[in-house]
Amino acid sequence: MSAHADTHAHDDHGHHHKETFVTKYIFSQDHKMIAKQYLITGTIMGVIGIIMSLMFRMQIAWPEEPNVIFEALLGKWAPEGVMDADIYLALVTIHGTIMVFFVLTAGLSGTFSNLLIPLQIGARDMASGFLNMVSYWLFFLSSVVMVLSLFVEAGPAAAGWTIYPPLSALPMAQGGSGMGMTLWLVSMAIFIASSLLGSLNYIVTVLNLRTKGMTMTRLPLTIWAFFITAVIGVISFPVLLSAALLLIMDRSFGTSFFLSDIFIQGEVLHYQGGSPVLFEHLFWFLGHPEVYIVILPAMGLVSEIMAANSRKPIFGYRAMIASILAIAFLSTIVWGHHMFISGMNPFLGSVFTFTTLLIAIPSAVKAFNWITTLWKGNLQMNPAMLFSIGFVSTFITGGLTGIILGDSALDINVHDTYFVVAHFHLVMGISALYGMFAGIYHWYPKMFGRMLNKNLGYIHFWITAICAYGVFFPMHFIGMAGLPRRYYTNSNFPLFDDLANVNVVITVFALIGGAVQIIYLYNFFISIFYGKKAEQNPWKSTTLEWTTPVEHIHGNWPGEIPHVHRWAYDYSKPGHDVDFVPQTVPLKDGEEELQH
Amino acid sequence: MSSTVVTSGSEGKTWGGGNEPLKASYGKMMMWFFIVSDALTFSGFLAAYGFSRFKFIDSWPIADEVFTHVPFLHGQELPMIYVAFMTFILIMSSVTMVLAVDAGHHLNKAKVTFYMFLTIIGGLIFVGSQAWEWATFIQGDYGAVQTKGGNILQFVDAEGHRVALRDFVVAEPKERTQHERKSGLWFTSESALPTYTVEEVIHGLEAHDNVLVRTQTLTEEGEKTILSRAESLEIIKANGKQVVEGANLHVNEYGSPLFADFFFFITGFHGFHVFSGVVINIIIFFNVVLGTYEKRKSYEMVEKVGLYWHFVDLVWVFVFTFFYLV
Repeated sequence: MSAHADTHAHDDHGHHHKETFVTKYIFSQDHKMIAKQYLITGTIMGVIGIIMSLMFRMQIAWPEEPNVIFEALLGKWAPEGVMDADIYLALVTIHGTIMVFFVLTAGLSGTFSNLLIPLQIGARDMASGFLNMVSYWLFFLSSVVMVLSLFVEAGPAAAGWTIYPPLSALPMAQGGSGMGMTLWLVSMAIFIASSLLGSLNYIVTVLNLRTKGMTMTRLPLTIWAFFITAVIGVISFPVLLSAALLLIMDRSFGTSFFLSDIFIQGEVLHYQGGSPVLFEHLFWFLGHPEVYIVILPAMGLVSEIMAANSRKPIFGYRAMIASILAIAFLSTIVWGHHMFISGMNPFLGSVFTFTTLLIAIPSAVKAFNWITTLWKGNLQMNPAMLFSIGFVSTFITGGLTGIILGDSALDINVHDTYFVVAHFHLVMGISALYGMFAGIYHWYPKMFGRMLNKNLGYIHFWITAICAYGVFFPMHFIGMAGLPRRYYTNSNFPLFDDLANVNVVITVFALIGGAVQIIYLYNFFISIFYGKKAEQNPWKSTTLEWTTPVEHIHGNWPGEIPHVHRWAYDYSKPGHDVDFVPQTVPLKDGEEELQH
Repeated sequence: MSSTVVTSGSEGKTWGGGNEPLKASYGKMMMWFFIVSDALTFSGFLAAYGFSRFKFIDSWPIADEVFTHVPFLHGQELPMIYVAFMTFILIMSSVTMVLAVDAGHHLNKAKVTFYMFLTIIGGLIFVGSQAWEWATFIQGDYGAVQTKGGNILQFVDAEGHRVALRDFVVAEPKERTQHERKSGLWFTSESALPTYTVEEVIHGLEAHDNVLVRTQTLTEEGEKTILSRAESLEIIKANGKQVVEGANLHVNEYGSPLFADFFFFITGFHGFHVFSGVVINIIIFFNVVLGTYEKRKSYEMVEKVGLYWHFVDLVWVFVFTFFYLV
């Protein structure tokens, strides 16, 4: 049995016995430490992103009223406490960028892919620990650059997270188009490099380093989700790189890729022939798969947590894999639904409508499978399970409005209103955050060897869940009423006066929802030191990560890597004494391997 | 683990775990997926090129008229000859790379060294040729006049042969000097003054009966439209804005500035790949010479850089096709 012990890459790992503080906590090549680094960095970025959103929500609810918080946090951008219009746009822009890329891409996928891929497939570490470390530190660097861009004199980037030209392409277009935009692009270029290195590692690790017996159809759904997410990342992020490089050429070297016929103060600029719509095509070719890069890992985590906490096999395992593959494929051919009013040919719009509505099929397959997994299960309502159920709820709510927005004839009416804001926050923002929280509550014992406080978890979930719907549900109505997104204030439009109270309600929910995250942060950081010590397998789960010792060791398993004899979901299997059978337990005589 | 022999039902199967299902080490697979990613970046650029070119389908410059130069053969029109040579060299360097990888499989250090050396030489010739191609394109040859609307007007004789500005325009003494930053508070820069002014071109055109203006609009036969003598004079007088010589990121004497923008950017991005490929090849070459891989009993590193090198060559085939052939 020892023949297969280790493959090439890991021969050298055994010699790393002496670890200094620097190699253990800072430039660590151990995937479990890198996962924690991703999580902490993502959390810090998340706090910044949420504070920004609370600030611009306060401006929307109480437009142009002085506020001591603005004065304290925004300084010169809030003269006498009144928020400046330029910084409002910048806050919206950076909030979107940070939440989408730094929290829900790197923070979510980076944390759990790193933590779970080697542990759940039975590998000593990632294929290349060194590249994994480089990937994290590039992410860290790009976070630093993004945060630094908040402090440049003319203000951070303010062209929206989609950075459409010409606002992003002409340095003189607005305050944030100058150095702030440059730093935004630099930060994203570094981020793309980081994402590429991470994805390459995840893909080859899943392909090459599965332990004996771990066939592709015995993998937990988490691994399938991370694997396909990494593949989508490798396919779509380079196209954003193309767009960003061409944009940099336009900004700094005077090319005309995205610019044409621009007049500034009566002066005609030399740009000739380019097209901003070209940028939209390139951007959304990344931008749409990006939302699946955000949501697929959350789907994987939720599938795993729901099965474990329903004490039932996941319903439709193969259908789950097939729907992940279908979503991944479809995600690359629907980008045009972000551009229905960019003047595209209506026929092309109908093609994109068709492909977009097709995504509803695999999404519905997943939603039904989660619900059927719960059906007649022995439900364990711990915080991780609650967040998973919350995920299914927000995913369905947000998904339904996706069908409206995916239809070009309907989308045109609500384009760029709060209806869109409500849709994508529920379906990818809140859902992915729920998935991330579920993952943290579930795998915290694996990460830190201690348990999170359950009661604080319940408080965290229920207040968050109420506030999330309190914020985003009313937005559907004000969006239907025509309220445009990204406006600094709506007080200049009498027809929106009736909606002012709704905006106050939304902001109050947002403030409470933001404040309750402090409970979570307290729980998270205090439990690292004072939490209840975790058992080896606290959730009585079948997967491989719970066969490793609680104390982290380099190489994950003290002896040989366990072999795998069954799929990941043998919960409540008839003929067994306990209601879960770990993957390492061989099949009994005459026992059949179940696969649904 | 239990000591009894148990089967997991998947031993020895390709995807059964504990092996390399695609028969490739993780490093080699990372290179493959990196190539997928890089290919998508190039696809983004080439799709953008296609998008822009399609937009100006009836006025795009004709590549056969742009890339006509060969080093040491001045004044001869030899369209595509030199780029064909460059392409041939690059493809041959792929062949030598294959031979190097094959020699590596046989652990034949001398042969690997030799073929890696040839590959590096091939890459250097290509990068050098690219630089020369850029220099020629930047310098331009016939010169043209840009209209207020941004269109390019070129000059031909009665038989339709191109005529260079220097052959019929005489530079007159002029007062105008190059503006510099120190001469104005708000002044940032201006492009270098062309040799001739539009006035001088008009005078030259008036003095030479056989010179006609050719617009960038393509006729149904795929050739540029040639105006009559009267139309020629009229269009230059009414619309001539500035004289353009050569190409840069702002203007392009061959036609749409986007042609030059994309040419510089995409061949530049590809050239950067070739350059970094050469640098990597040199590093690997020295490792081969020093016997690093011989000690390892595996020349897989040569194989990995080989993958990258073939990819760079393959991308060139597409760039070559889109910019020079179609």
